Amino acid sequence: MKRERLHRLGAKGRIGVAALALLAAGCNRGVLDPIGPIAAQEKQLLINSTAIMLAIVIPTMIATVAFAFWFRRGNKKATYRPDWEYSGAIELVVWAIPALTIMLLGGITWIGSHDLDPGKPLKSNVPALRVDVVSLDWKWLFIYPDQGIATVNQLVVPAGTPVSFRLTSATVWNVFWVPQMGTMIYAMPRMTTRLNLQADKAGSYDGLSAHFSGDGFPGMQFKVQTLPADQFAMWAQGARGSAYKLDGPGYAQLSKPSSYVKPMTYGAVAPGLFDAIVSNRAPPSPVPSQQHNQPAPPAGV
Amino acid sequence: MFGRLTLAAIPFDQPIPLITSLVVALALGGVAIWITRMKAWPYLWNEYITSTDHKKIGIMYIVLALVMLVRGFADGIMMRAQQAIAIGPSQGYLTPEHYNQIFTAHGTIMIFFVAMPFVIGFMNFVVPLQLGVRDVAFPTMNNVSFWLSASGALLVNLSLFLGEFARTGWLAFPPLSETQFSPGVGVDYYLVALQVSGVGTVLTAVNFVTTILKIRAPGMSYLRMPIFCWTALASNLLILAAFPVLTVVLAELMLDRYLGFHFFTNDGGGNSMLYMNLIWVWGHPEVYILVLPAFGIYSEIAATFSGKPLFGYRSMVFATLTICIISFMVWLHHFFTMGAGGDINAVFGIASMVIGVPTGVKIYNWLFTMYGGRVRFNVPVYYLIGFMLTFVVGGLTGVLLAIPPVDFVVHNSLFLVAHFHQVIIGGVVFALMAGYTYWFPKAFGFTLDERLGKAVFWCWFIGFHLAFMPSYLLGFWGATRRMQHIPDPSWAPFLAVEFVGAAIIGLGIVLTVVQLLYSIKTRDQRRDVTGDPWDGRTLEWLTLSPPPHYNFAVLPDVHGEEAYWTRKQTAIKMDQLIAEPDYKPIEMPINTPTGVIVAFFASVCGFAIIWYIWWLAILGLIGAFAIFVWYAWRDEHEHIIPVDEVRANARERRRIRMEHLHELSQST
Repeated sequence: MKRERLHRLGAKGRIGVAALALLAAGCNRGVLDPIGPIAAQEKQLLINSTAIMLAIVIPTMIATVAFAFWFRRGNKKATYRPDWEYSGAIELVVWAIPALTIMLLGGITWIGSHDLDPGKPLKSNVPALRVDVVSLDWKWLFIYPDQGIATVNQLVVPAGTPVSFRLTSATVWNVFWVPQMGTMIYAMPRMTTRLNLQADKAGSYDGLSAHFSGDGFPGMQFKVQTLPADQFAMWAQGARGSAYKLDGPGYAQLSKPSSYVKPMTYGAVAPGLFDAIVSNRAPPSPVPSQQHNQPAPPAGV
Repeated sequence: MFGRLTLAAIPFDQPIPLITSLVVALALGGVAIWITRMKAWPYLWNEYITSTDHKKIGIMYIVLALVMLVRGFADGIMMRAQQAIAIGPSQGYLTPEHYNQIFTAHGTIMIFFVAMPFVIGFMNFVVPLQLGVRDVAFPTMNNVSFWLSASGALLVNLSLFLGEFARTGWLAFPPLSETQFSPGVGVDYYLVALQVSGVGTVLTAVNFVTTILKIRAPGMSYLRMPIFCWTALASNLLILAAFPVLTVVLAELMLDRYLGFHFFTNDGGGNSMLYMNLIWVWGHPEVYILVLPAFGIYSEIAATFSGKPLFGYRSMVFATLTICIISFMVWLHHFFTMGAGGDINAVFGIASMVIGVPTGVKIYNWLFTMYGGRVRFNVPVYYLIGFMLTFVVGGLTGVLLAIPPVDFVVHNSLFLVAHFHQVIIGGVVFALMAGYTYWFPKAFGFTLDERLGKAVFWCWFIGFHLAFMPSYLLGFWGATRRMQHIPDPSWAPFLAVEFVGAAIIGLGIVLTVVQLLYSIKTRDQRRDVTGDPWDGRTLEWLTLSPPPHYNFAVLPDVHGEEAYWTRKQTAIKMDQLIAEPDYKPIEMPINTPTGVIVAFFASVCGFAIIWYIWWLAILGLIGAFAIFVWYAWRDEHEHIIPVDEVRANARERRRIRMEHLHELSQST
């Protein structure tokens, strides 16, 4: 997996990655290495809030050790005040310090919760790409309703374009998470959640289910490919050529439990499939297809 | 005849549970033989198993917790070992089916059968002594509570040998825990074990709320109660309000599974989100049920070992009650990532942070308790300082999780796992180990070895940090919870460090056993003859170690916040005790086998429900009910301790105390 990624980078990148890997294996990934606006804002909030709290946590830790050490029994220089148990001034300060900190963080929380609400559409000149996400036992199905295609365990999105997700689950709860893109969100059976994300850098990133969903759960990893906008259109065009059809039988085949499933693409999707899954109806009628002998999708390991 | 129970339930094909069961069976058999050879059965039966003495029940709770700690830790280190090995091409030594049972058992056991009995054990042992009274409000019910908890623990452990345990995570979220996705007996074990022990827990809360509100020594007004009693009161009020929710939500899941209801199923109009809400309405207060008494323990230790009263006592009481109330208004922060919308997330986020205020105040009050003190660095103080350093960081990461947009990128990841282990190990476990060291001499009449105690502390402190701090980073890099297989090879060094950390904690647990055995062996060197080994301030140190069954020959008169300290200082100054009171005969509740028999039938009934053996379930229910009826019609309630015995004991105690106080007054 690592090796694949290294190949895609240039020589400079390769050295950089190797050096970083040596320094702190893996610190070039994840939440701390955002590739889009949502993830970047969340990282910033994480750092700001940590800094605000460290400003009182570190002095408190130092005071703990210092007080305990200075007022140790053997220290003749320390004044023993056996009856000192109350000071209005100190009480005021010790209530005020955490209260003020929490007021500050509370303000950040109020603003951040509204600005970064997962359901809020992103501001952009480019119209958002719609993707419907379904978690299955144990793989991810990504339906592109406007392109009429679908993929499994591989999310391909154009860079610099907002992506508007609707999510549900065909079985049990899962969490859709691409750490470098930001916000994770539940995929829940019979319910639809909404999520808006954007990736600005082209590349390949890791995605996963972040909520335990049964025995095949560790194999519920997927790849996110972000392509320049024109290449995305080409990719979608090419995907339509795939022989696999996500109609009734195709979906029935796909929904059989399997794990560590290799990425695959469906060239056609039955319209209304996502809504059918949400409302727990039988998958809609088959896609009118040109060819009848469609091959079975590859099963997972 | 035997429902779903067949020979196939025994995991012949899985060596790990099978061999473990055999070893445990052999160990239990060995202990039984040893007890028989020592002819100790009558002693155990009379002094512990059927005892209605709150101190003995407290000790039994703590023994249960320590035994289950070993089981829970074994699960924990198996998970760490699996994650240290199963990276990249390797699948490790545990299959998903087995690994998923292990993490479910680890969480369930550590919360319900380690932390809870440990905390309840301290409340049992300490609260009546600190209140200056002779027993809890309902002594027999207390015994029943304990045995029902033990029955739950038994059922969880039985799943190792017969069938399987749940593979759903410790909160058994539906629809994964519904029959459709978990058809086996694992979830049934989980549900039944928690229902049985949950009854015990609620009865405990009824008992302690009543005791603290109604039964206190003369003069012990609310604002003179030791802080541990206040935290115990808050904790039991939380139990009373929260555990019924757990009982109901688990009962609904049982109805789904056993009778085909549709509370949380995907079809038939069920909604799994309802379960998520209800379980966290219990689950969040549960955290404070554990941590409030822990704060109480730290407060007692901070005051005693600093040689000063607790700084800002009233402020502490207020902070405790504030936490108690707000803890019910924050449950939604466990699923911000459901995308409930900006307003809802922000309100619950801010409410969660507000808990940080009274908690922060507590930290500062302990700090200022040490200020101007003469801090004695005994083992409990190591835990106190270790806790303060660890807990503020855990609090910091907790507030991060309370900020919804930050939570969006760290929730469900190893960051979360690191956070709650930091507050539960750094907050609760450190307190329990500190309390164990602090009150051990009161329970058994000799102190624990200090050097080994410090070694145990360092194992926990260093082991915890190695085992969980890397998880914060792993969480940032996208590592989620409950992974039987690790996809990214670059995480390997960090997971290896975490395994080493867990092994160091394991060493600490081994050293705890060594410390206990060594301290028993060398107990004559560390006898606590005075009953006040730490120069204490609360009433438990007034009586002998171990205290007589009736605790106090005469209920102490309380003047001021520090009942015993004030009394001790007056006696030292005057160089004499208060005038000998007029002793009276004392009525104490008699022993009763009710608890152990009820728990026996409850276990039988629970086991039968798990395996669908309906005739046996009915038999178990009838048996449990019958024993209550039999108990209700008993003729004898109490036995009288004759005044001569009381007087003789009290005079002996006064003589010892007089000598001790005389020594103290000479030295000052």
